[in-house]
Amino acid sequence: MEREHDSPTATAGRRHPDEVAQHDQPAFAGPRQGPLHHLRRIPNPVFAWLLMVPALVFLGGFTVFPAGSALWNSLQEPGLDGGVGTAYYEQMLGDAVFRRSLINNLLFSFITVPVSIAVAMLMAVLVNRKIRGRGLLRLAYFTPAMLPVVAAAAIWLFFYQPNFGVLNTIARWLGFEGQNWLGSPSTVLPALMVMMIWHQAGFFMLFYLAGLQLIPPELDEASQLEGAGRWYHFRRVTFPLLMPTTLFASIVGLANSFKQVDFIFVMTQGGPNNASNMLLYYIWQTTFPQRRPEYAAAITIVLVLILIVLALIQIRLFERRIHYR
Amino acid sequence: MRIRPTSTVAAVAALALLTAACGSDDGESALEEATADNPIEITMYYPIAVGGPLQEVVDGLIDDFMAENPEIAVQAVYSGNYDETMVSVQTAVDGGDAPVTSVLLSTEMFQLIDDDMIVPFDDVVTNDDEREWLDSFYDAFMANSRDHEGRTWGIPFQRSTIVQYWNKDLFEEAGLDPDHAPQTWDELVEIAQQVQQETGARWGVQIPSSGFPYWLFQALTTQNDVEIVSADGTEVYFDQPAVVEALEFWLSLSADHGVHPSGIVDWGTTPEDFLQGQTAMIWTTTGNLTNVRDNATFDFGVDMLPEGVRRGSPTGGGNFFLFADASEAEQVAAMRLIRYLTQPEQAAEWGIATGYVAPLPEAWETAAMEEYVSGFPEAAVARDQLDYAVRELSTYARGQIYEILNDALQGAIVGDMTPEEAMRHAQEQADNVLGVYQN
Repeated sequence: MEREHDSPTATAGRRHPDEVAQHDQPAFAGPRQGPLHHLRRIPNPVFAWLLMVPALVFLGGFTVFPAGSALWNSLQEPGLDGGVGTAYYEQMLGDAVFRRSLINNLLFSFITVPVSIAVAMLMAVLVNRKIRGRGLLRLAYFTPAMLPVVAAAAIWLFFYQPNFGVLNTIARWLGFEGQNWLGSPSTVLPALMVMMIWHQAGFFMLFYLAGLQLIPPELDEASQLEGAGRWYHFRRVTFPLLMPTTLFASIVGLANSFKQVDFIFVMTQGGPNNASNMLLYYIWQTTFPQRRPEYAAAITIVLVLILIVLALIQIRLFERRIHYR
Repeated sequence: MRIRPTSTVAAVAALALLTAACGSDDGESALEEATADNPIEITMYYPIAVGGPLQEVVDGLIDDFMAENPEIAVQAVYSGNYDETMVSVQTAVDGGDAPVTSVLLSTEMFQLIDDDMIVPFDDVVTNDDEREWLDSFYDAFMANSRDHEGRTWGIPFQRSTIVQYWNKDLFEEAGLDPDHAPQTWDELVEIAQQVQQETGARWGVQIPSSGFPYWLFQALTTQNDVEIVSADGTEVYFDQPAVVEALEFWLSLSADHGVHPSGIVDWGTTPEDFLQGQTAMIWTTTGNLTNVRDNATFDFGVDMLPEGVRRGSPTGGGNFFLFADASEAEQVAAMRLIRYLTQPEQAAEWGIATGYVAPLPEAWETAAMEEYVSGFPEAAVARDQLDYAVRELSTYARGQIYEILNDALQGAIVGDMTPEEAMRHAQEQADNVLGVYQN
């Protein structure tokens, strides 16, 4: 990093002509010293750190410190005179609601993310071709992603409503028995998964569309010349070249599937009997309604560990199969 | 024994030191020194849980109060629903910036006492007038506002009970007396069956079970003449035979009689089911009265819940609390504000605007309320039911106890457990949690 001194001529040039006349300065004054000229004595590495101070303060205050204090809180022993220990982590082992939430969350993540990605890729490939009404189709696919999750949840709450909901109305019209979609433990989680896939597939489609634009058209022509089928072309050319996008989408999707629980507040409150409870919602429940912040901190630490491990696995797994250009 | 976050301890300790450092502060005199130019400032958080432009009503009431009491400046902060308001209050207290008063669910009382967050009104009232005011409310509402030693920790403000709504048009179509709602459990089943068979209604009756099923369940247990909680909030009685029976009756509505949907019935969409004629009867809060009245395209009635062994419903809704972190002068100022808001005229105005039950008998004798009730007699049903109303489930470690009971009820409703297993399991878990509070 090099910070040049202003040259005298440049400085003079910037001055207003009147000013020179007023002060009657000699033609060769030293370099003009601005109010910050003392900073120039600071060695570069120190200066670099100083520049980063504002960012570090925010990072420290809003990320590092809370994370540290969550870890510290989670390691308290219950009771006023408790020391440091792993009591809250041991409590977690025996907590059926925690287990249920964890299993639900893993099921939810490992189903919604791959399915959303597959649907997104399919939609992207479909609307990337030159077909009539392409813009309209893209818009239609993307519309759900523009809704806030809460709004999507409120809409689907009424889709799933057992008496006058759209889904059951259609089912009865076709002669089927209606289901209490959100009110019975066997259907509630799949129902929420469908909503989530509907909501996020359009968002991932956008990334795939961008990814598809980056694939050189020559490859397409080459495949045609070689007489490769469409499926073969997709499998051997398009799919591998979309791998970086897939990695990105799967990491974002997986993180989101653990982070987004707004829809549970709107649709099920974790019920019936925790059949749709998830980790973050359970963390909220233990922090606020139950007022067990230390226990919530312990679950938070576990959640963060899960996310880190999943991200590492993903990156490792994809590393070998990605062709960055 | 008390379990609490260390950060709270630190914050409270710091505040205590600070208050001590400022010297003892006599509430009355500090308030006397306050003037319109140099007023005592107090913050009040309030939630709104029913529809309508109610912020304006609150602002109007507050402005009237400040016009009469220029030495007190009130900042009223709308803070979302009850849960969100509770979260705001907790966060504010942890951060050392507690409001002086807030409306919160009346059932938070024991938890707030346990956290040393509130002070009893008895310590703040200064004269006989104000002491009498503490006794001016319906006893049914005071059951969730006083502890077992008679100290008043909450002042009833927006309170409710559960009532039944029925669709008179559907009753008539089924050949039933449209002005007669079921008065007993047996009659409930008969009428529900008849109206479901004879009309297009899909269901005879709906009792919601999402979110907070314990509340509606408590109506059933009360009707079966059994208490599920002790007055001091340290014991619950979930595994008594009469409690299990009440749950079995709820389940039998769908399992045996087929007049009630199986699985969880959503609280939020139940009024909509009723408005669309999908169900002939619903059990829900009086707070839905205005919504139903404005949107029903048919004649509907509102009545007390039917009786099993006896009539009954728990009360619900919000109380005013005074926070311990405020100075004495602030607490006195807030007490005056709360007293003003619960005078008969203001209580009547708030009740009419919201559909909540005005919490003191005198409010029902005001001209405004008498006129309102004569045009809309349904509004008085919840008040009349207060004679049979009981304390809403409220305990120490309230959040955990609620989750335990709600999960057990939902588990039984969806068939994960039998009613007996569910209640026994709930009792065991609740005993574990409440053990530390029992001496």
